[in-house]
Amino acid sequence: MAYDKFNVLESSAVPLPIENIDTDQIIPARFLKATERIGFGDNLFRDWRYNSKNLPKKDFVLNNNTYSGKILVGGKNFGSGSSREHAAWAIYDYGFRCVVSSFFADIFRNNCLNIGVLPVQVSAKFLENIFNEIYKNPDTIIKVDLEKQIIKIIGNQMFESFEINEYKKGNMLNGYDDIDYLMNIKNSIEEFAKKTPL
Amino acid sequence: MGNTLFDKVWDCHVVHRINNGPDVLFIDRHLVHEVTSPVAFLGLKNRRAKVLFPDKTFATADHNTPTKNQHLPVKDPLSANQLKALEENSKLHGISYWGLGHKKNGIVHVIGPEYGITQPGATIVCGDSHTSTHGAFGAIAFGIGTSEVEMVLSTQCIMQPKPKKMRININGKLNKGVTPKDVALFIISKLTTSGATGYFVEYSGNVFKEMSMEGRMTVCNLSIEMGARGGMIEPDKKTFDYLKNREYSPKGENWKKAMRYWLKLKSDKNAIFDKELDFDGNTIEPMITYGTNPGMGMSISNGIPKTINQNSEAKTYNKSLEYMNFNEGESMLGKKIDFVFLGSCTNGRIEDFRAFTEIVKGKKKSPNVTAWLVPGSHKVEEAIKEEGLLSILEEAGFELREPGCSACLAMNDDKIPAGKYAVSTSNRNFEGRQGPGSRTLLASPLVAAAAAITGHVTDPRTLY
Ligand code: SF4
Repeated sequence: MAYDKFNVLESSAVPLPIENIDTDQIIPARFLKATERIGFGDNLFRDWRYNSKNLPKKDFVLNNNTYSGKILVGGKNFGSGSSREHAAWAIYDYGFRCVVSSFFADIFRNNCLNIGVLPVQVSAKFLENIFNEIYKNPDTIIKVDLEKQIIKIIGNQMFESFEINEYKKGNMLNGYDDIDYLMNIKNSIEEFAKKTPL
Repeated sequence: MGNTLFDKVWDCHVVHRINNGPDVLFIDRHLVHEVTSPVAFLGLKNRRAKVLFPDKTFATADHNTPTKNQHLPVKDPLSANQLKALEENSKLHGISYWGLGHKKNGIVHVIGPEYGITQPGATIVCGDSHTSTHGAFGAIAFGIGTSEVEMVLSTQCIMQPKPKKMRININGKLNKGVTPKDVALFIISKLTTSGATGYFVEYSGNVFKEMSMEGRMTVCNLSIEMGARGGMIEPDKKTFDYLKNREYSPKGENWKKAMRYWLKLKSDKNAIFDKELDFDGNTIEPMITYGTNPGMGMSISNGIPKTINQNSEAKTYNKSLEYMNFNEGESMLGKKIDFVFLGSCTNGRIEDFRAFTEIVKGKKKSPNVTAWLVPGSHKVEEAIKEEGLLSILEEAGFELREPGCSACLAMNDDKIPAGKYAVSTSNRNFEGRQGPGSRTLLASPLVAAAAAITGHVTDPRTLY
C-alpha cells in the first residue's frame, strides 16, 4: 500500500537501550487477530508497557512523558524473531517514522521499508552517543536526512552516514510501492512463469 | 568461480534485475495462513487485483486453531473471524484451503513437505519466519511480511536483494541423546541470534547427510533463529525417496524432468561462500536454553554462563535471567518445571513423537507436569496411532491433542501461565511467547520427555 513520502525528519527520540528486541515484544501474538490494519499502536510493547492488570508500568519509557518523538532508538539486533509485519505497523501506528539501531533483523527491516518506516543502522559508537545525548537532554533533536543518507544529533553536531538500497530509497522518497512496479511488468512475469522448471 | 546451491536456485528464478536495487524473484509456491494474510487480501481488494497464480498458492489454518474439540465452532470470536476471512478469501480467489477439520490440515511447514508441495530447487515463501523449514529439500524458502504476501498474491514475485552466502560444516559422530534440535541449538548458541543476519545458510557435512528428512527440517526451521534468511541442504536420494508418490510431487515424465533439474542442485567444488564455519559434531551435547532468546542455549550439564563484561550487553543479559528467575553459574539440571510442550513446526513430526515415546515408554508422567502433545498435522496424528505410539503414551499418562501451532505462540487457548516453566520443543523462548509471563526452556523431544517423567530438567541419557 502506498504511504507518506519520507524526506527529512527532525524530531526528539525515545530511547530503548535493550538488545535483541524481538517482534513478540513489539507486538505480542495475542494481538495479531485483526483482519484490518488498525489500532496496533495501542498494543505496541504491550507487555513491557502494561502490567497484568492493564495498568501502565511506570518504569517503561513509553509511559514516561520525558521522552517523546517520531524516532525510536533501540539496542543492537532490533526486530529479530517472527516475520509479523504487525510489529512495523504497531511502530508506525504509535507515531514513529524512523527506528535507529546498530543492527536490524532482516525481515523486520524489509517490513519497515515496505510500510514507510525508515530503519537507520548506525555504528555501535554512534548509537551510544545518541543514548547519552538523549539521557543528558531528553529534548535532543535528531535529524534524519534520507536524501543525503545522514543522521545527525543536533546539539553536539555529531553525524554519521547510513546505508540504504538505492531503489528502496527512491521508493521512500516518492512514496512508491513495489507492487505498482511489479504490476507494470506483469506480462514478463507471466512469460517467465511458462519457462520455470517446477 | 563455481556456484553455490543457493546461487543455482536463486539465479534461475530471477525475472528481472533492478540496477542498484533488489532482484525480482519468481515464487514457485506460496503458502498462506490465517494470521498474516487478511490485510494482504484486503490490499488486493483495494487494488481490484486478483491472485495471479491460484494454483501456486496454498492456504491452511494453524496459528489460531484450538487443539481440542476441533469439530466444535471456534470459541474466540477474533480467531473465528480470522479463520473465516481466510476461508472466504480462498474461495473468492480459487485457492486450495485446508482449513480446520480438513483431513490435510496441519501446521503450514509440516504439511507442505507431507503433500509434496515442497520440492527441491523451488522458491517458497510464506508470511511466517519458519518458512526456512522447507530448505531441508534444497529449496530456497523464507518468511515474508504481509506487504510481501500481498505482493506475491498479486504478482507471484518478490523483490529482494540477493543475500550473502554462508556454509556451516559439521562432521563427526553425534553422541547418544543428541538430536537435530540439539545440533541447531548448538549452532545458534555459537552464532547468537544475529550471527547469520544477511546470509542464506547451506548446511553441509556428514552430520546433515546422515539426518532423516525430518531432522533436516528441524535444523533448517531454526535457521531464522540465528538471523539467517533461510537455510538449505543439498537434496539427495533421501530427499527424492521422501517425495516420490506424494500428492503434489511430479509424476511419470514430469518426475524424470524434475530429477534432471534436482540432480544439478549442489554447490560446485570451487563455489565461494562469503563466510564458512566448521564445527565438530562429536562435541555436541543435549542442549537446553536458559534465557529469553534461542541463542542463550548451553549443554544440559553445564552451568548458566557468567555475564559478558560489557555494559549494554550485560544489562540485556541480566534482564533476561531476571525474567527467567535464574542466576549465573547455576546448573539447569534439577530445575523444577510445570509444563512440557511437544509439537510445533520445529518438532511436531512423527520422528519427534517416536523420540519422545522412546523415553516415556514403561514410565509414568510426573503428576506435577502438565503435558501438551500436539502433532504437527493430521498425517502425523494418524502415524502416531498407526505405529502404536498412542497406546504407549496413554499408558504413561499422556494424551494427544489435535494438530496446530498450539503453545508455540499461544494464540489459541494453549497458554503457559505467568511465572510457570515449560520445557518446549518449539523454537522461541522470548518473553511471553508461550503466554504472558511464561518461561520457556527450549530443548529436544528427548529432553522434553525426560522432564515430563521426572518433573525437572533431566539429562535424557540417564533414562535409557
Ligand atoms: S508452530 Fe510456531 S513457529 Fe511454527 S508456524 Fe506455528 S507459530 Fe510459527
